[in-house]
Amino acid sequence: MGDVLIFAEHQLGHFPKTTLTAIHAGLELAQKRGGKAIAVVASDAPDALAGDIAKYGVAKVIALTSPALKNYLADAHAQALANLVKAIGAEYVLATATAMGKDLMPRLAARMKAPMASDISSIGDDGTVIRPMYAGNAMATVEFEGPVKVISVRGTAFDAAKPGDAVAPIEKVNAEIDSASTRMEFVSFNQTKSDRPQLTEARIVVSGGRGLKSGENFKTVLEPLVDEMGAAMGASRAAVDAGFVPNDLQVGQTGKVVAPELYVAVGISGAIQHLAGMKDSKIIVAINKDEEAPIFNVADYGLVADLFKAVPEMAEEVKKAKAH
Amino acid sequence: MNALKILVPIKRVPDPATTIRVMSDGSGIATDNVKWVINPFDEIAIEEALRIKEKQQGEVVLVTIGQTTWQEQLRTGLAMGADRAILVKTDAPLDALAIAGILAKIAEGEKPDLIILGKQAIDDDSNQVPQMVAELLGWPQATFASKVEFADKKCTVVREVDGGLETIAFNLPGVISTDLRLNEPRYASLPGIMKARKKELKEVAADSLSVDLAPKLKIKTLAAPPKRQAGRKVASVQELVQVLHTEAKVI
Repeated sequence: MGDVLIFAEHQLGHFPKTTLTAIHAGLELAQKRGGKAIAVVASDAPDALAGDIAKYGVAKVIALTSPALKNYLADAHAQALANLVKAIGAEYVLATATAMGKDLMPRLAARMKAPMASDISSIGDDGTVIRPMYAGNAMATVEFEGPVKVISVRGTAFDAAKPGDAVAPIEKVNAEIDSASTRMEFVSFNQTKSDRPQLTEARIVVSGGRGLKSGENFKTVLEPLVDEMGAAMGASRAAVDAGFVPNDLQVGQTGKVVAPELYVAVGISGAIQHLAGMKDSKIIVAINKDEEAPIFNVADYGLVADLFKAVPEMAEEVKKAKAH
Repeated sequence: MNALKILVPIKRVPDPATTIRVMSDGSGIATDNVKWVINPFDEIAIEEALRIKEKQQGEVVLVTIGQTTWQEQLRTGLAMGADRAILVKTDAPLDALAIAGILAKIAEGEKPDLIILGKQAIDDDSNQVPQMVAELLGWPQATFASKVEFADKKCTVVREVDGGLETIAFNLPGVISTDLRLNEPRYASLPGIMKARKKELKEVAADSLSVDLAPKLKIKTLAAPPKRQAGRKVASVQELVQVLHTEAKVI
């Protein structure tokens, strides 16, 4: 009882930082529930990845394998994981609420007729968890009923697990998948090419809003500052809706949640839906020409200015400051 | 082109522009002065269903699960152009699994080729129901869709995932959940609103569907989040960069 199976998501042969977050949260949950933390790597060739994750403090790593797990597809993965959960008798299944975690975990929960809590931000001592609702305007304490519980964790709410000296044993398990009942077909993955850090992993994030006025201005005005600061680029939903930038840059309730050391909001008014995705950042800077903009209510440092003047100037100043 | 029958589940939520306040006893949110609307992602789902129907014929059926007042949102969807609607009536608090169970049951009766629904409701922010319905029916799922195309009975969907766009395909039937950029929903026209009054809106009691409605995920209390304090204004870009360098030490 109390054992936690952690889904170790991998992309293109490596673990994103969000997987280490899941490991950390899974270790905390296992400790609080008096069980073991077990990581599972699902793949057609899981050995190298399983070896990597074995260093991060878990009691065991399961290398779950089948040719049907070559590409991530929700139906085959949910089946394979559900069969594994039954076989090992885990009480909890946990992943980070990435695009993959969000896609997979509810399907797994339904297959097991188990309750699921999405995007949790903390773990109680009494079996409850806390999760945001209403764009973070309410924090709900929720409890589960049933032998199996499914959880996705908010990537910014937990630290990343760190590697130690101990290496966990690795057990290879052949996945049980009934191919007659899986009808999804992987066609292609079109990776966004970027030399910048990932939005959810960056130390600094610079985001633009509708104030930028065009996609062209994101390139010519915002990007020089982003690159001068070595930052990841983000955007508000308004900027995505207006077609300025792709949706995978969206920070907010319906996009990504980030909590970098420094978040710079440029031309973003600060709708509650945007704040939901960045208000846990360590330092928030807002640049906006409207001094009444709600973004200033959460900013540590606010600058009321025309962004088209201030942003290029800031890029220059940052360059100077770095030279010192 | 084959005619397609599309089921679109929708949810009634507070208008996204509403300020949400948690009640002091933690039992819920204050709902006085709340304007209720169709969940924005579900509007995108209705729009997509209507576009598919306009291209290749078929029927768009709306379904929602709630109280009599939820008829308002169904009528709005009918005014946008959906053909008929089903209200599954219940006052009970339901979790995602119970909602998905009801929707799967409705789908077993209606036998749609496709179920299209919003990727998440902006009230509980769970992002679970589409994936759960797909699993309960044993159907493929294409979540976070930004493009949907058909060739005969084969559906190809471009999905918004971390770090890029993924394309998957499946043979109908299947479940699609909508992301922001899939389309721009239309407004109901005046003739549409007039026509909607005469369209079929059927009521079904949730209790009559033999679905386990008891919530397995229970909300014990709600609390307001910790408030972040506003900082200070700086006078110039020079001052800003200086404080970030020397005071906050982040650059």
